[in-house]
Amino acid sequence: MNRINQKLEEDKKLLSIYFTAGYPDINDTVTIIQDLEKNGVDMIEIGLPFSDPLADGPTIQDSSTQALKNGMTTEVLFNQLKDIRKTVNIPLIIMGYFNPMLQYGVEAFCKKCSEIGIDGLIIPDLPVDVYHEEYQTIFEKYGLINVFLITPQTSVERINFIDSVSNGFIYMVSSASVTGSKKGFGSDQEVYFKRISNMDLKNPQIIGFGISDNKTFTQATNFAKGAIIGSAFIKFISENSIDDIPNFVTSIR
Amino acid sequence: MLRCVRNDEKEKTMNYNVNEKGYYGEFGGAFIPEMLYPNVEELRQNYLKIMAEPDFQAEFNQLLKDYVGRPSPLYFAKRLSEKYNTKIYLKREDLNHTGAHKINNTIGQILMAQRLGKTRIIAETGAGQHGVATATVCALMGLECIVYMGEIDIARQAPNVARMKMLGAKVVPALSGSRTLKDATNEAIRDWINNPVNTHYIIGSAIGPHPYPDMVTRFQAIVSEEIKWQLKEVEGRENPDYVVACIGGGSNAAGTYYHFLHEPDVGIIAVEAAGLGIDSGESAATSVLGKEGIIHGCKTLLMQTKDGQITEPYSISAGLDYPGVGPMHAHLAKTGRAEFMSITDSDAMEAGLELSKLEGIIPAIETSHALAIFNYKTFKPDDVVVLNLSGRGDKDLQNYIDYFKI
Repeated sequence: MNRINQKLEEDKKLLSIYFTAGYPDINDTVTIIQDLEKNGVDMIEIGLPFSDPLADGPTIQDSSTQALKNGMTTEVLFNQLKDIRKTVNIPLIIMGYFNPMLQYGVEAFCKKCSEIGIDGLIIPDLPVDVYHEEYQTIFEKYGLINVFLITPQTSVERINFIDSVSNGFIYMVSSASVTGSKKGFGSDQEVYFKRISNMDLKNPQIIGFGISDNKTFTQATNFAKGAIIGSAFIKFISENSIDDIPNFVTSIR
Repeated sequence: MLRCVRNDEKEKTMNYNVNEKGYYGEFGGAFIPEMLYPNVEELRQNYLKIMAEPDFQAEFNQLLKDYVGRPSPLYFAKRLSEKYNTKIYLKREDLNHTGAHKINNTIGQILMAQRLGKTRIIAETGAGQHGVATATVCALMGLECIVYMGEIDIARQAPNVARMKMLGAKVVPALSGSRTLKDATNEAIRDWINNPVNTHYIIGSAIGPHPYPDMVTRFQAIVSEEIKWQLKEVEGRENPDYVVACIGGGSNAAGTYYHFLHEPDVGIIAVEAAGLGIDSGESAATSVLGKEGIIHGCKTLLMQTKDGQITEPYSISAGLDYPGVGPMHAHLAKTGRAEFMSITDSDAMEAGLELSKLEGIIPAIETSHALAIFNYKTFKPDDVVVLNLSGRGDKDLQNYIDYFKI
């Protein structure tokens, strides 16, 4: 069974953290992953940096630009992660834009992920329809879970389609925004969280975008299986150091 | 003989228009984050229907005539023709209101936005021509207008920034990446993600997720539609031997080619910016230097690293300084339907000066790239070559002054 599915069966609310590989320092990748697991994080999204991250706000953009300047590439990331399963057990997901994967070769990319022990992928600019028609069989061949996003504007029909194509969890974007732009949740979000929760989807939902502290984590997980923190974590390690990761994680729950 | 027949058949069956899935051959599609899906899908479902409505047609045509000043003349460039010993016609898009072909598309898209009930307009701009054309139609229709422009471009295109502000637009600097056109486009897309309900994004070129390349092409297709009847009047035939246009993203080229794509007798020539030279590392010749990939929501040819990171192009012309090319053009390049040429900064500048002296027309530097091909490609004396004079050179005066130490 895929580690993501196992984790989703645990009777707890999941904390997932996103970070950009190669930031702040090119060689921080493995240390960050290990420290996050040690401090009780349930799942990690490893960001493969891209020059033109359309769905990201300034915090993740800047970390991506810096990571690329530091020399991060697809090949470097795979090399850094080659022994990761000797020390890390929690689910690992690579989150990145489609072009670098396309250039690496989608099948070669999936094969490499499977060899390393990556459990899933999040590719914001690979729409579910294209995935379903062209790539789903490749992902399944290598046992990879592909995670799709939904937003408050996604139609019921499309949510049901995404649910039918998914076999892990649904990434529920909290509001219409790029990453890192909203602070806190209002009644609009609660209505939306409840609406999705009441749809009784096959896949559990994990909420992302706008989760930055204990309050927003608690609000989100009232309605969903877990929550993802990205920009707030990147901001924290920019302002502090990766040695302070325990402080960040304990502040969330 | 047999081979000849087979080629003819291939020519006839090859389709250069977009298919129902949004692809030109293998290029195109809509590679967008889910946050943009409702907007793009709304547009996809409605654009052809709206464009076919009689009241849309009537308003579009009336504005093109009375506001833009169409039809733009098809001018026989006598002295230029004599010099290069062929028959050169210039399609005078430079005489349009706001000085370029860009307004054809912004008029069409503002009418589209109104019919979709949108109240807020966003756009990206490089040199500022598309930004000005967007700000103009927003003023005309009384809609809020936000234009994203790279911080570097804002500094080097001050007159166009002032024009947009006079027209009531808000100009927002793009501070990410190289702070030029590519980054302005990223920022506009992010704005659209943040404002998914009331906002329409007027993309200025034949790029972006489907249906944008097709929609922009259809709004620009008025250029080739007019060429056909104008040429019939003066030459007695609708089809020239060649159509020529410069290409950045490719909107003026798309409009110039559109009605000739399936006319095998018409040669199509696309002129890219070579910058300091194809091999200099400072170039924007995407068809030569690009590889298939994804940029701004479509699969096309783009300049990128081996690793799939999009690289920074270079051209003296801000309008051609883009690392991708529209998916229709990628298909024309791949199938060989169009001949792609690339012209350096210095050849383009000389060609701009030459047209000024021979014909009394100062062209935009983008257009000057197309004009420079006559030094590299020989046409027959009775060939009819129609070149889209896509924009006027007023905006480039400072560049010309600096370059020629005028």
